[in-house]
Amino acid sequence: MNAKQEFKIVGTRPIRPDGLDKVTGRARYGADLNMQGQIYGHILRSPHAHANIKSIDCSNALAMEGVLAVMTGEDLAEPGNIVLGSGEGAIALKDLIPMVMSQGKVLFHAQAVAAVAATTAALAAEAAAAIEIVYEVLPAVTDMHEALADGAPILHSDRFPDGKPKEPTNLAAEITMQVGEPDAAFERADVIVERTYSVPMCHQGYIEPHACVVRVDAAKRVDLWCCTQGHFTVRQYTAAVTGISLGNIRVTPSEIGGGFGGKTTVYLEPIAVILAQKSGRPVKIVMDRGDVFRTTGPAPGATTRVKLGATKDGRLIAADVECLMDSGAYNGNPAGIPAFMATACYKLTDARSSGRSVYTNKPKIHAYRAPSMPQVTLAFELVINEVAAELKIDPLEFRLNNAVEEGDVNMMGAPYKRIGLRECLEAARSHPHYQSSVADGAGRGIAAGYWINAGMQSSATLNVSPDGSVSLLTGSPDIGGSRASMAIMGAEVLGIPLETIYPQVVATDAVGHCDVTGGSRTTLATGQAVIQAADELVAELCRRVALEWDVPEDEVMWSDGAAHHGEKSLSFKDLASRASAMGGPLTVSSSLNSTSASPGFGVHICDAEVDKETGRTTITRYTVVQDAGKAIHPTYVEGQMQGGAAQGIGWALNEEYVYNDQGVLENAGFLDYRIPVASDLPFIDTVIVEVPNPLHPYGVKGVGEVPIVPPMPAVAQAVFDSGNIRVMDLPLNPAKVAAAIIEAP
Amino acid sequence: MSTPLNKLPIQAVINGEPKMFLAAPGQVLADVLRDELELIGTKIGCNTGDCGACSVLVNDRLVCSCLVLAAEVEGQSVQTIEGIADGAVLHPVQQKLLEHGGLQCGVCTPGVVVAAKALLDSNPNPTEEEARYWLAGNLCRCTGYDKIIHAVLDAAEAIREGAAS
Repeated sequence: MNAKQEFKIVGTRPIRPDGLDKVTGRARYGADLNMQGQIYGHILRSPHAHANIKSIDCSNALAMEGVLAVMTGEDLAEPGNIVLGSGEGAIALKDLIPMVMSQGKVLFHAQAVAAVAATTAALAAEAAAAIEIVYEVLPAVTDMHEALADGAPILHSDRFPDGKPKEPTNLAAEITMQVGEPDAAFERADVIVERTYSVPMCHQGYIEPHACVVRVDAAKRVDLWCCTQGHFTVRQYTAAVTGISLGNIRVTPSEIGGGFGGKTTVYLEPIAVILAQKSGRPVKIVMDRGDVFRTTGPAPGATTRVKLGATKDGRLIAADVECLMDSGAYNGNPAGIPAFMATACYKLTDARSSGRSVYTNKPKIHAYRAPSMPQVTLAFELVINEVAAELKIDPLEFRLNNAVEEGDVNMMGAPYKRIGLRECLEAARSHPHYQSSVADGAGRGIAAGYWINAGMQSSATLNVSPDGSVSLLTGSPDIGGSRASMAIMGAEVLGIPLETIYPQVVATDAVGHCDVTGGSRTTLATGQAVIQAADELVAELCRRVALEWDVPEDEVMWSDGAAHHGEKSLSFKDLASRASAMGGPLTVSSSLNSTSASPGFGVHICDAEVDKETGRTTITRYTVVQDAGKAIHPTYVEGQMQGGAAQGIGWALNEEYVYNDQGVLENAGFLDYRIPVASDLPFIDTVIVEVPNPLHPYGVKGVGEVPIVPPMPAVAQAVFDSGNIRVMDLPLNPAKVAAAIIEAP
Repeated sequence: MSTPLNKLPIQAVINGEPKMFLAAPGQVLADVLRDELELIGTKIGCNTGDCGACSVLVNDRLVCSCLVLAAEVEGQSVQTIEGIADGAVLHPVQQKLLEHGGLQCGVCTPGVVVAAKALLDSNPNPTEEEARYWLAGNLCRCTGYDKIIHAVLDAAEAIREGAAS
């Protein structure tokens, strides 16, 4: 397939269709819906990070006036050996259910242990506190290195990474990939650099806490409204966790106040469903901000050792990568990404890469924007810089010398198709930022980043009204402007005014299946379903016109929103108004399992100044260059690039989970877990490179995740460059930077 | 524990309309706005005054409504996101946020709009630095603030031009 090149609406910057409601406060998010007769759920959480539950007595709570239901982990399904989903998206029920509510054993502080529904939120909280639980408290371990040491408390005595029972361990999984003969290749290297860097556990930090409201009708059908990145996934997970059949659950997505991967699972929803079932009343639950930090999917901390070898002529010839990742209390599958993708930016025919993950007494990790990739890229890119420095080659030139291009093969074995890393590096090289000299006392860092990007299942429905307006329905929650891009692609195919298309995200029973808004897949795959549906609509219109004019179907052409044959034409609006006479209602649905995804690449340039007395780092200039394939709505592509960069800068400079020796998170709020604020950042310049994706009708590549990959190494390199300040253990907070300044050569 | 019996009757002007409502002594303004007055545009991101999503104006002063007791607004004037536009005419900050794409998920947007309006009411010609420090209390996790700051500075210019013409 050759991607379309000429566009009328694609690539323009119209105001998003959902924007007006959002700037005026009308948009409804997870906590904004109330149902008649609604009561409130409250979740009781464990005060211990590691404990066996000996008994739970809910009788005091149930006896309180106004308390209508209680539940414990016993009300949820038995996990057995059931696995939901597949590939990177797979999750075992035994790893999912305890993140909703514990079943007999507590493995992290604040894990849910019981829940109450009562007529007011305050009463529900009071009743939850009256539940009596006897715990057998066990020693907790929150550091992944300590968790692997002899004598560490064991979280799962029945789990073994290779499936064979032996001595219990906290090792969750281990995977090693190898191409060629890396050991022999290192023998040929003129320069070898080996370093180990660590990154802390951090949180997605979406501003909207999780929230849901549920009603169960007289026929026991569940009607669930919640904020999520994927309501079909909520339906699947809720069914599995509660034992209710899929067909008896309908999920309607609210507007979503951020997710970044963190809202691709369930926490509150199955609890609200059970409480609604038991009480016979609609149940609403809104999560507290502290519990968002304490109990929902953080991103794994990691320690990565990278050893690279290069020859004097500037060729990277050998790599050895070893990444240890913190999985939290259950298996979050973080280890595969470093094994498969650590080397993905570079031509390396001799490389080894391994990932291991470890159980600790912390919440199970969950996806966060290019999950696991920033952690391993930090170490890899910083070592690339050191190799280039030893060879006295400009770090950007060194990357250009070794950048992957079409036909190259990475650890996963399939050759790259048309990718844009080289174009990004060239755009960075010629950018005024890279051409400028670094200010006195400041430093500069560059870094490249890769993300695989997903395709997966998507559906779209187009319903044409007699007035010529089109309802464009998908099941992909719009987290950053995707309704605008859906409408743009629909309008491009149909040739009708953008304002006549009304894009909506609708419930699980109102459109075909859509996988989560994640993997940078929505504009690519759901967009592809929209294009496909619009193409089918055009074909149907041309059939109708051919019949009416009694001409061959293939002689009717569609352009500028009308069917044409010779001198004759019929507009979309005319065809819509006459639909009943020409064959009936105009409605088209299209579904696909997209295999069109193409990896994304980006290159970031960061200038930073370090206050040599306080150790405080200020980002003074930042530029993001990224291949978008084709930017459907450039404003929102830039927004992804800037937002991802800001998250990566926050992770580099400040964000980290801080646990005390009891396994309690000490910074479970936005005051102490400080995400970047407006005064922390400069304007973030963007360059959209467009190397069309040959697998996609409009050339689209996913853009959402790549931009969080390069910032950590770009910032760390800029700090280093400002005065030999080398911090091996992020974040680069003032205390660590000040200590490194004292140690600097 | 609070019961409906010990709720206080409060009178205040909300978005220009005199309103009377009941509030428990410990109930914060954000909850009353959302639950009693159905003004759900005021968002609750943290309930601790750290995120700014619940920003409102009380007698033109910018506050986090999660840190203000509902009873404190007795006799006061409260302006929420629902009262920022003049009917169908958007405030320049709202218009410029739309034009610049200064929102992605949009959940911080009501707070940003209210806070930025308060800035421009008091300082019609802010520098980039002034805008960034003023909005430092409004967390946005999606945008990196770039397009928000551009929108606010652009709105300031539009307001100045409007005043001059």
